[in-house]
Amino acid sequence: MRRRVCSFVLMGAGIAAVAFMGGASRSSVAKAGQPPAANVEVKIDNFSFGPATVTVPAGTTVTWTNRDDIPHTVVSDDKVFKSKVMDTDEKFSFTFAKPGTYSYFCSVHPKMTGKVVVQ
Amino acid sequence: MSDKTKGELLIDHNHDGVDRRGFLKCMAWAGTGTFCVMSGGVLKSFSLSRLGEFDPGASKGELQFVQISDSHMGFNKPANPDVAGTLKAAVDKIKGLPNAPEFLLHTGDISHLSKPEEFDAVDQILKDTGKEVFFVPGEHDVLNDDGAQFRERYAKSAKGAGWYSFDKKGVHFIGLVNVMNLKAGGLGSLGHEQLEWMEDDVKHLKHSTPIVVFAHIPLWSVYPEWGWGTDDSAQALAYLKKFGSVTVLNGHIHQTMQKVEGNVTFHTACSTAFPQPQPGKADSPGPMKVPAEQLRSVLGITDVNYVQGQHALAVVDSSLA
Repeated sequence: MRRRVCSFVLMGAGIAAVAFMGGASRSSVAKAGQPPAANVEVKIDNFSFGPATVTVPAGTTVTWTNRDDIPHTVVSDDKVFKSKVMDTDEKFSFTFAKPGTYSYFCSVHPKMTGKVVVQ
Repeated sequence: MSDKTKGELLIDHNHDGVDRRGFLKCMAWAGTGTFCVMSGGVLKSFSLSRLGEFDPGASKGELQFVQISDSHMGFNKPANPDVAGTLKAAVDKIKGLPNAPEFLLHTGDISHLSKPEEFDAVDQILKDTGKEVFFVPGEHDVLNDDGAQFRERYAKSAKGAGWYSFDKKGVHFIGLVNVMNLKAGGLGSLGHEQLEWMEDDVKHLKHSTPIVVFAHIPLWSVYPEWGWGTDDSAQALAYLKKFGSVTVLNGHIHQTMQKVEGNVTFHTACSTAFPQPQPGKADSPGPMKVPAEQLRSVLGITDVNYVQGQHALAVVDSSLA
């Protein structure tokens, strides 16, 4: 008798916990299989993209913010997206609807490269 | 600034009685405002601080011009909050040269963000020299519009992305564009069309014609990790192999550096806006802050002299201090 009550309570707590986690993941880096995160941030600083590779679910919007004291751009190798030049503190966003691997670079400083892996 | 007196640069291939060591030692003094001229095969040096004692005849070459670079008009961060002021200081330096240059070369990054008002401001300041200016674009000059504005302003009758050539007193000048269509992970790029044009442009010139090539990104491999080089410059240099004197003037790295390879002298200029770190001496090649009172000593102009009959051009850097 007691055991059944206990297991009921436990199950209820478990469901509540999952629901809570689902809500919290909205603003953090998304994991594959979870609902898509609204936004993923990539910081541009010291002539590099950080993180250089991000892995996101389809539907995620990636926002690049330039924290460097020199302007940069974000240009997809395959011409899927292309930002205007971003001076310090300016941003560029792109929503990745389709799965795939999207390599990109800064067209002003082409040694700067990054990758968005969309699952 | 990097040490210019390397052991490899001692060959007197011009047979003019001046060895590279002497030439470069003179240039190493240039950071403090020394002016060197090759005249009649003899290298003479003059201190800019003793302008009043100059004998203009003694320091005059056949052709004199000044290279400036990387004015980055519009930049306003701590490394230099007043790039207009330091560009004006460069103009004052030019106006104070013992012999007026015939014209100026600007090796790019004229503007910082390719904005019309930035180009306008540079034009206004350089007007004060009263000299014609020949420009090639830096990567900061072709943002957002593939260089349309640059060409409209500075290279109306040029070919392709803005390359062209002209002659002054028997010296052939070639302005190249190596900041367009850059590939991910790559360096500067000249491209097939420009290389074909260049091959044709120099084809019929006499081997004794002195050549000056100017382009923004260095045409030699200064430091590939930071993008300081041009992927296909070897092909361009191959077209110039037959010439007895080739001078390559570049910018982009915001510090002076020199290399001699056979008959080719490579030289990069200081910026008039802000310095950048020496290769590998920092995390990235961005603007380098120095104490405010030292800023003008790490910015500068380059004065170039040519005397007919002498193969090498005398290339002299002086700071804005």
